[in-house]
Amino acid sequence: MIAFNKYYNHFNLLSSTLIIISLLLLIFNGLNFGIDFKGGTLIELRSNNTKINVSSLRDKFSQMNLGDVSVKKFGSDDDFLIKFENKDNKKNIIEEIKVNLDKSFGNNYDFRRVENVGPKVSAELLKSGIIAISLSLTIMLIYIWVRFEWQFSLGAILALFHDVIVTLGVFSLFSLEINLSIIAAVLTIVGYSMNDTVVIFDRVRENLRKYSDIKIFELTNISINETLSRTIITSATTLLALLAIYFFGGEILKGFSLAMILGVVFGTYSSIYIANTVLVRLRVSQKTVLREDESK
Amino acid sequence: MLYFSKLRIVFITIFSLLFIFIASSNLFKFDDSFFNKKINLGLDLQGGSYLLLEIDNNPVIEQKLQNLTTTFKNFFKDKDIKLNNIRIDNQNIFFDVSEEIKQKVIDIFQDENSDINPYYPRFKSHQLEIEDLGLNLKINFSRQGLINLKTSSQDQAIEIVRRRVDEVGTNEPNILKRGNNRILVELPGLDDPARIKSLLGKTANLTFRFVTLNDEDRFGVEKLDYEDGTPSVNVSKRIIISGENLLDAQPKMDTQNNQTIVSFTLDRVGAKRFGKATSTGIGKQLAIVLDGKIISAPVVRDTIASGAGQISGGFTFQSATDLALLLRSGALPAPLEIIEERTVGPDLGQDSINAGMIALSIGFLLVIVFMFVKYRFFGLITNVTLIINLFILLGVLTLFEATLTLPGIAGIILTVGMAVDANVLIFERIKEELKDESNNILAFDGGYTKSRTAILDANITTLLAAVILFFMGSGPVKGFAVTLGVGIFTTLFSVYFIARLLTSLYVTKNKNNGKLI
Repeated sequence: MIAFNKYYNHFNLLSSTLIIISLLLLIFNGLNFGIDFKGGTLIELRSNNTKINVSSLRDKFSQMNLGDVSVKKFGSDDDFLIKFENKDNKKNIIEEIKVNLDKSFGNNYDFRRVENVGPKVSAELLKSGIIAISLSLTIMLIYIWVRFEWQFSLGAILALFHDVIVTLGVFSLFSLEINLSIIAAVLTIVGYSMNDTVVIFDRVRENLRKYSDIKIFELTNISINETLSRTIITSATTLLALLAIYFFGGEILKGFSLAMILGVVFGTYSSIYIANTVLVRLRVSQKTVLREDESK
Repeated sequence: MLYFSKLRIVFITIFSLLFIFIASSNLFKFDDSFFNKKINLGLDLQGGSYLLLEIDNNPVIEQKLQNLTTTFKNFFKDKDIKLNNIRIDNQNIFFDVSEEIKQKVIDIFQDENSDINPYYPRFKSHQLEIEDLGLNLKINFSRQGLINLKTSSQDQAIEIVRRRVDEVGTNEPNILKRGNNRILVELPGLDDPARIKSLLGKTANLTFRFVTLNDEDRFGVEKLDYEDGTPSVNVSKRIIISGENLLDAQPKMDTQNNQTIVSFTLDRVGAKRFGKATSTGIGKQLAIVLDGKIISAPVVRDTIASGAGQISGGFTFQSATDLALLLRSGALPAPLEIIEERTVGPDLGQDSINAGMIALSIGFLLVIVFMFVKYRFFGLITNVTLIINLFILLGVLTLFEATLTLPGIAGIILTVGMAVDANVLIFERIKEELKDESNNILAFDGGYTKSRTAILDANITTLLAAVILFFMGSGPVKGFAVTLGVGIFTTLFSVYFIARLLTSLYVTKNKNNGKLI
């Protein structure tokens, strides 16, 4: 049996630090919102001429008076991702750009993807994203409350909160782009992390009923160990699937799968070191679950 | 938990085979009359254009208020009530009445069966709200009034949008209402929406009006610009004919001067009015006004009684074709703005499908190998279950003709990774049971029973997340929520029916061969 409980305090300190750093990053560094949430225009361009490269594209686009322009390679050497604010929300901007680029590059390029999100839509998408995440956290909280006691609910929600904040913290640290699929990833992380926590909690509750003489400190450790091989196997298979998406699923899914990979790692960790330590600190005992049984 | 009746086994087998068959209909072409359902590919996979249009209802509201002021004047004139100083400001109508009859006017507006302020019997709310500001009365649209106005202009607009898109002739367009002031247009296979965008961007409000030299006129005068930049002129507000009077419009080549023109024919009312106007207005300039700009203003030389005419204005063949199309399809009730556009080229879509399939195959293979190495024979059972699960998932998506998107494929891959969880929970529990239980049957039975709450809770939480995502997410992300959510149900089915059946068959046969797992 591994003595997970020996490090409860150490890892609580680590988690608190991570959360504080992440919050500071989110406040001071902010998130790198993509056009979904900030508004603007995105063009994925494929070239078949070496004359077209990041610097020549940047030159051309900055001459067009589009506001802030960013040009990046996207996956392969021939693919570029161009993003700009489209401040004045010009109507025929794509057509104008095509005419402009035709002059310099002829027809040696082609637009593989064009996205244009107006300020109104981006504000709405951001709002519904925030609502979705808050709503999912609330519903999880209520669900666990119904299924377990409030101490468990608090532990689970703190673990979820940790996973979401730290994942977003990593995105802030590396200025990774937040778009619609990242919101999907965060929600899935919420589901996954919950899933992991619930399995351990279910065992804790079962053991609480079984043993009246074992303290919660010891009991959580027993429960973690009993479910450990399941935790490892499920995390492993999920990670294998996610790594497959990350490496082979194409550029568009990279951000999504990265967020999920981070989420699975944090989620597994938090189920052990946050959710359970909350039970210990709240001195959950056999009485807690027996009271629950009586009231049912 | 391990007992299966013969009937049940037959049922499970038939059910699985049925879904494998349905799923495979995506790969093989069956006779349409036999089975013709297929998974739809999202625009991000098959390529195409997604346009979200917003209707700007402000001009409609102003126009409606303008009409209402006339209605009010006439209505109250019949009742011998004089409305003074009636005016429109910031989407409100203001007018003054003498103090004695003020209450009477308010009562007329607030009467449940009011002739001038309808809707109450149907919506329990009037169309208009009246407010006493002391010095004058203020009238504006109520919430219900605005909703009805928006819905009706959305109904008209979607009809016109549909006609215009159909005229261009794209492949199976999808045109839907969003909220009460938006229209979603999905155009599969279209990788350059420039033409559609320019067609949808025009209101196409056509009027024929006389140019006047005076600044005053019985109907009012406005100064309008020419499309081509010729200095602006005064045009009467009196409309001779409008786009509604057109029966048909076609681009043509004028053989006399080699110009492209748009020829049109008028309906009976239009022809009559056009004939009358051209007979009395010989020598005058008749301005052809489209969306507030003069296309051309030819001088009337003859009475045109045939109800046919032509518009010239330095068109190219393309611009004449587009104008004819716009005139045929009719004017939009209000201007549309494209507030969101997402276009994916077909080759990027194909690349995404390929990448998704490769990721799915590799992810699947990794999980299968992992499970086999870890659990040997039971890993094999899990893997068979996983494969059938995948087929059932695809089968359900086919049955509902769901739309598969790139995030949707990611959802399937994720389902593969997470689907083994339930089996792992069960197998690990059985292992624990076997520590102090030598009877294989009892241990397996216990493993299944005792792991049930954890499995249920774990899946419900993921399902909750998927449901929220489905309702809050948009576009491709919705596809992810669908595959993730459906995947949970198919996983539970395959774990509790297929995997358990296979396990039970194996365990009952080998119950005396020591610890089985």
